[in-house]
Amino acid sequence: MIMARYGEIALKGRNRYRFEDLLVDNVRRALHGLGPATIQKTYGRVFISDVDTVPATQRLARVFGLVSLSPVWVLPRDMDAIKARAVAMTSGHAPGTFKVQARRSYKEFPYDSPAINRAVGAHVLEHAPGWSVDVHRPDLVINVEVRQEGVFLFSESVPGPGGLPVGMTGRAVLLLSGGIDSPVAGWMALKRGLELAAVHFHSFPYTGERSREKVVDLGRVLAGYAGSINLYINHFTDIQKAIVESCPHHLTVILMRRMMMRLADRIAEREGALALVTGESLGQVASQTLESIVVTNAVAGRPVLRPLISFDKVEIVDRAQAIGTYHISIRPYEDCCTLFVPRHPVTAPRQEQVAAAEQALDMETLIAGSLERTERVILAAGDAEDWQR
Amino acid sequence: MPEAYLDNSATTRVWPEVVETMCRIHSEEYGNPSSLHARGLAAERLVRDARRELAGVVGCSPGEIFFTSGGTEANNWAIFGLSRARQARGNRIVSTAIEHPSVLVPLQLLEEQGFEVILLPVDHRGELEMARLEDALTPGTILVCVMAVNNEIGSVHDLEAISAMVRSLSPHAAIHVDAVQALAKLPLPPPGLVETMSFSAHKLHGPKGTGALYVREGTRLLPLLLGGEQEGKLRAGTENVAGIAGMAQAARLSWERGQDTRRLKLQLAKGLEAIAGFNVNGPAPGGGAPHILNAYFEDVPRGEVLVHALASRGVYVSTGSACHSRRDGPSHVLKAMGMKGPALTGAVRFSLGAATTAGEIELAVDATTLAVDEVKIRRGGRK
Repeated sequence: MIMARYGEIALKGRNRYRFEDLLVDNVRRALHGLGPATIQKTYGRVFISDVDTVPATQRLARVFGLVSLSPVWVLPRDMDAIKARAVAMTSGHAPGTFKVQARRSYKEFPYDSPAINRAVGAHVLEHAPGWSVDVHRPDLVINVEVRQEGVFLFSESVPGPGGLPVGMTGRAVLLLSGGIDSPVAGWMALKRGLELAAVHFHSFPYTGERSREKVVDLGRVLAGYAGSINLYINHFTDIQKAIVESCPHHLTVILMRRMMMRLADRIAEREGALALVTGESLGQVASQTLESIVVTNAVAGRPVLRPLISFDKVEIVDRAQAIGTYHISIRPYEDCCTLFVPRHPVTAPRQEQVAAAEQALDMETLIAGSLERTERVILAAGDAEDWQR
Repeated sequence: MPEAYLDNSATTRVWPEVVETMCRIHSEEYGNPSSLHARGLAAERLVRDARRELAGVVGCSPGEIFFTSGGTEANNWAIFGLSRARQARGNRIVSTAIEHPSVLVPLQLLEEQGFEVILLPVDHRGELEMARLEDALTPGTILVCVMAVNNEIGSVHDLEAISAMVRSLSPHAAIHVDAVQALAKLPLPPPGLVETMSFSAHKLHGPKGTGALYVREGTRLLPLLLGGEQEGKLRAGTENVAGIAGMAQAARLSWERGQDTRRLKLQLAKGLEAIAGFNVNGPAPGGGAPHILNAYFEDVPRGEVLVHALASRGVYVSTGSACHSRRDGPSHVLKAMGMKGPALTGAVRFSLGAATTAGEIELAVDATTLAVDEVKIRRGGRK
């Protein structure tokens, strides 16, 4: 059995039940294919039984809303069994300090909590050589919970990702490149309970099959956290060419960004999404100065969420490594061919200047043509592999 | 969609007859050549016959052929095995700047371990200047490594002239030739001209994971893989019987069937010449190896863009070499030739095989004509 604790959502007053139901649904979806999985919730905790504990723990570590996970031994209400298991629990660790922390909700049990602490503690001291008691800063906490349904023993816990259950706060569209930042931004949006669709701007033949595959792989990692993700692969080539062929060279990047916003907006419409999410970080590149953000933001028909806006690059890289997208993002296939990017892109574009340059484009035809050649791929959680070399 | 596979220097399709041979061996003649019983004996015979067959194509005696796991192992083995056996006689190793990484990286390691490694530059055609070689050769030179055919641009080294020069100036030196792109494509140097030569099966319509090293009789070579008595105690490991039989058969078939390759390459070059901005890196199409054409187009500054556009039309080629296509940075070979601009970053390698047809060449020419037009960028923008 696995015990999963959830945090923040327990605080949400009357909506609590809706949130808990969503969390239980997400837990069930994450465990798909691992067995019948019996899931029970109690206040602040979800108990999961009838699954293979090791893979189940790995998957649950990606379910937002869960704060920690512990494997649990379920024992009969028998002091000798409790003592024996407590000693066994020390064996996987180098000897150090421990404490026993008992809780008795089933009051018929003849020992109260302090008595359980004493009896189990004394037994461990006697039978686990090298271990000593430290009630303040123990290396190992042996939790003993005496309940109606039996005695639960658990110790170390794996941290969960925290946050809110995916789907709790609404739906958004992520602009997903093959880079390091946007997958992290997507992960952070999921963490705050957003359900995501993603759009990638592909400019074949300037970018190739392998850069497409890279984005699909990134989407799969995110689907491991999200449950599933609709990934739209947009045909961006003709728009890119039109911009390069008929607009001032130094505005290429900002004009492309505005077209991406417009396309993402249309896809958000189709997906019923209320916001867009980007991986922008203030000042990181020319298209992410405040001036540039103002100009791109102006064409979005809905709020643009930028979870990484104040992150440093090293912080983003750390997070990318932790969530498992970094090793994919650094594959050497570019997502936006540098052929199109001028050597000195404008860093402080003005709205009128950019809008005037766009007059040269047949906007509606370009957008409609590009959306028509947009492909949708549905990525499911089970597709994510932790394969890496 | 009809296809044209012109990436034969990356790898080739295995001949159907070879697949059949290998299937039969895997499922029916699966014995270990070292076993005492009849199955072992049958497997041993297969290896013996393959050794004879491959020796026939190489032009050496069967005892001089040692099977390996591929060209990379053969190059590594020759370099480490020859240099360490000759350590007492000198310290200098001479090679070229355009060798394959399976030569350059072992040499780099030897340099870190105290050998003096000289990498000779090449001219703008990728050819070695003999005067440079002459300057580099000393009595203390113990190893000279040159490739027979460069895998990216198809330049060919004059091994007879190189061998003669090495013998007169560096009597203690062994000569190793990376002949991976030469076997079954060009006549190899007469036996005895060099100490070792490496070969790979999958470049000539044989299986991946199989190769061979020619070792001239009487050459002192230390083993790389230890722990068994196979291959005259020089290369431990149970023989890859099916791969070995497949390699020998493929080498013979490719040599017999590949006589038209040069004509097809000229047909390709002639077709591509009609495209604006066409240029060749390395030897002119009439010279060099019969199967490699490295080209670029002035309006296409990035080779991989053309690779993608051609792939969407069923035509498969590489940028530089297959190994480079997945790595950042332009080809070390083209850099060594002094190439810049589109010649360096826009290069595309068309490589033919013994199975290439005139229809494929036609398709490739048509597709390239369209693809170059599709991907070139017309900058209409005002500044």
